[in-house]
Amino acid sequence: MTTEQSTVKKMAASAADSKDVRPANFFMQMILPRRFLQRADRIKDLRRYRRLWWYTLLLTLFVAYLPLFVMTGVNYYMYGNNVTAEYRYDISRSLFNVSRSLEFVIEERLSVLELITHEKSDAELLDHTDLAVTLSHLKETFGGFVDLGVIDHEGRQLTYVGPYQLEGVDYTDQISYQQAVVRGACVTEVFMGHRNVPHFAITVKKDTPGGQFYVLRATIDMEMLNRMIYTQTMKHSDDIFIISHSGILQTPSRSHGNLLEPANIHVPPYSQNGEVVENIDESGTVLGYSYIEDTPFILMITKEQGDVFDMWLGDQTELIVFLVLSGFLILIVVLWSSTQMVRQIRQGDQRRVSMLMNVEYTNKMATIGRLAASVAHEINNPLAIINEKAGLLLDMANYVEDFPEREKTVAALQSIIRSVERGGDVTHRLLAFTRKMESRFEPLDLRDVLSEVISFLEKEARHRNIQIYRDFAEHVPPIESDRGQLQQIFLNIVNNAFAAVPDSGKVRLVVEPQNHHVRVQIEDNGTGISPENLEHIFEPFFSTRGDFGTGLGLSITYGLVNKLGGTINVDSELGKGTKFIIVLPTTRPK
Amino acid sequence: MDNKALGIRVLLVDDEVEFTSALSERMRTRGLDVDVSSNGAEALKMAEAEVYNAVVLDLAMPGMDGIETLKRLLGNNPDLQVILLTGHATLEKSVEAMKSGAMEFMTKPAKIDVLVEKIRQAHEQHERLTVARIEDTMNEIQKRMGW
Repeated sequence: MTTEQSTVKKMAASAADSKDVRPANFFMQMILPRRFLQRADRIKDLRRYRRLWWYTLLLTLFVAYLPLFVMTGVNYYMYGNNVTAEYRYDISRSLFNVSRSLEFVIEERLSVLELITHEKSDAELLDHTDLAVTLSHLKETFGGFVDLGVIDHEGRQLTYVGPYQLEGVDYTDQISYQQAVVRGACVTEVFMGHRNVPHFAITVKKDTPGGQFYVLRATIDMEMLNRMIYTQTMKHSDDIFIISHSGILQTPSRSHGNLLEPANIHVPPYSQNGEVVENIDESGTVLGYSYIEDTPFILMITKEQGDVFDMWLGDQTELIVFLVLSGFLILIVVLWSSTQMVRQIRQGDQRRVSMLMNVEYTNKMATIGRLAASVAHEINNPLAIINEKAGLLLDMANYVEDFPEREKTVAALQSIIRSVERGGDVTHRLLAFTRKMESRFEPLDLRDVLSEVISFLEKEARHRNIQIYRDFAEHVPPIESDRGQLQQIFLNIVNNAFAAVPDSGKVRLVVEPQNHHVRVQIEDNGTGISPENLEHIFEPFFSTRGDFGTGLGLSITYGLVNKLGGTINVDSELGKGTKFIIVLPTTRPK
Repeated sequence: MDNKALGIRVLLVDDEVEFTSALSERMRTRGLDVDVSSNGAEALKMAEAEVYNAVVLDLAMPGMDGIETLKRLLGNNPDLQVILLTGHATLEKSVEAMKSGAMEFMTKPAKIDVLVEKIRQAHEQHERLTVARIEDTMNEIQKRMGW
């Protein structure tokens, strides 16, 4: 009975048992206070709070995450668009610049050849020396010109100046000649010249008054165009090159084939302006192309997808890290706040319920008090009559001479009078006990209060042969407190002790001073309380007595002790007994 | 307990006839001179007609209740010694009774010896007051007559 096994202060959770860790509950157990969960299994009502917790959590998370994800998604999409727009712009600009330069350079040379055909007379054109001078002027002024020749209407080259001896060569079958004859001017595809250097030719037709014509033909070194193309600063994996309309590479390419061989890329459809096409192959290559006007050339720029997205991927990682971090942060905050909220709601509810119970109980006690007072009064009057009648008989027995069976009669009457006295005691105590429901503070000796309470239970104690030991200290300071409420407190606890002990059980009462307080200890050697139940013993509606208990007694006791400024603790060991310790201040609580 | 006359006159007021009949007889046995009344109005009349050394009064009575009767009795005769004897023994009632000028407050059922002792005390008090009043009166007369 005296073994201190588990001292449990009111509402203090024991850290002992961690049973019932279902996996589904594991997370909640980590987050929520232990008590919250343990009691969820015990009290049905708590499921409501758990549901509320889930609702709050999910709703808040939804509301918090939705904008986060939407914003991140929009951001991601827009950023992707930006990146695309940026590299498209890059390619378009390069395309535009280079194609314009190429057009200009070729146009320039075409124009100068046309000028020559207008300025020079037939004789001058056919004059070898004169043509040589013209070529040297062209080389100086424009550059790129390799040779110059004049072909007559039969396709024979009449005059030629340049590094080779090509006079008299027949050009009838050559496209440059045929095209010039038909259209008046022509720019050819690239071909390998006699020096094994890539060239292209420009031909211009000159009509003569006699209905005949000459064709001026100039060969231009590709080196010049190549230089113009490669002035564009490009990344390592980018490629810029020219193909013909039939798909033959006109300039060297990094990755699309060899010069003058078919490029490993389809010829894009004609478009007047530069175009940018994405994903032209499996690796997601981006292609930009532009048809060069009046030439068989198509300027092509390719960019590897990898390059385009490399920098984007870097940003994407940052985005994801940001998303995960903020998501985690939100989760923690939401978990914490919804747990706090639900806990407070629950505590508020609990307070309200216990307050309600207290009020109800107080009302009930007040009603019982009034009833008891009137019953006591109604009983006192007949008791008084019995008392007086018996007294009268006793007087007669005492004073009348030769009263028959005097001694027996006197004994019987005295017994009646004693019984009446006992009845009177009971009604007086009942009146005193129910008298005060509101707090009324007066100096009290706890020993007296406790004895008074015990006197109510003496009959039951005698009946069941329960031993009551009083261990009262000799000097106990009076405490300023409320008699009625103290009586209720002690009666509740002693009643519990009586309910717990078997017949011939023991109940020990200790009253002793303790440092401006008085300590009352009520212990029994009854059945004891299990540690799990001990935790909830002061909670409203917690009862182990099934149908017999309202579960309110100790809850109200706890409330009363608090109201009087005291503390109540309980020690118990299953099978050995229970010990309630109430410490009350000697001065009135503020 | 001797059956000797003490020369104490007591008025017993209670609506319970069974109670008063028995109690009055026992009091007489103990040498008291007892008159009985079963309600407040009758008691007032009797107290005016006779001089009583003590009044034993019940609180809860039909008609005029004990407190009211007490007040009127004392209004007529401030020297009257009233002992309240009631079954309605709440603290509030007793405080009210004492404030109204009762000499004593007792609860039913009462022990006859205690009650008789209280009546004896009431009688002594009454005698003292009466003697004091007579002396006052004598002094007054002496002063007035100039003896």
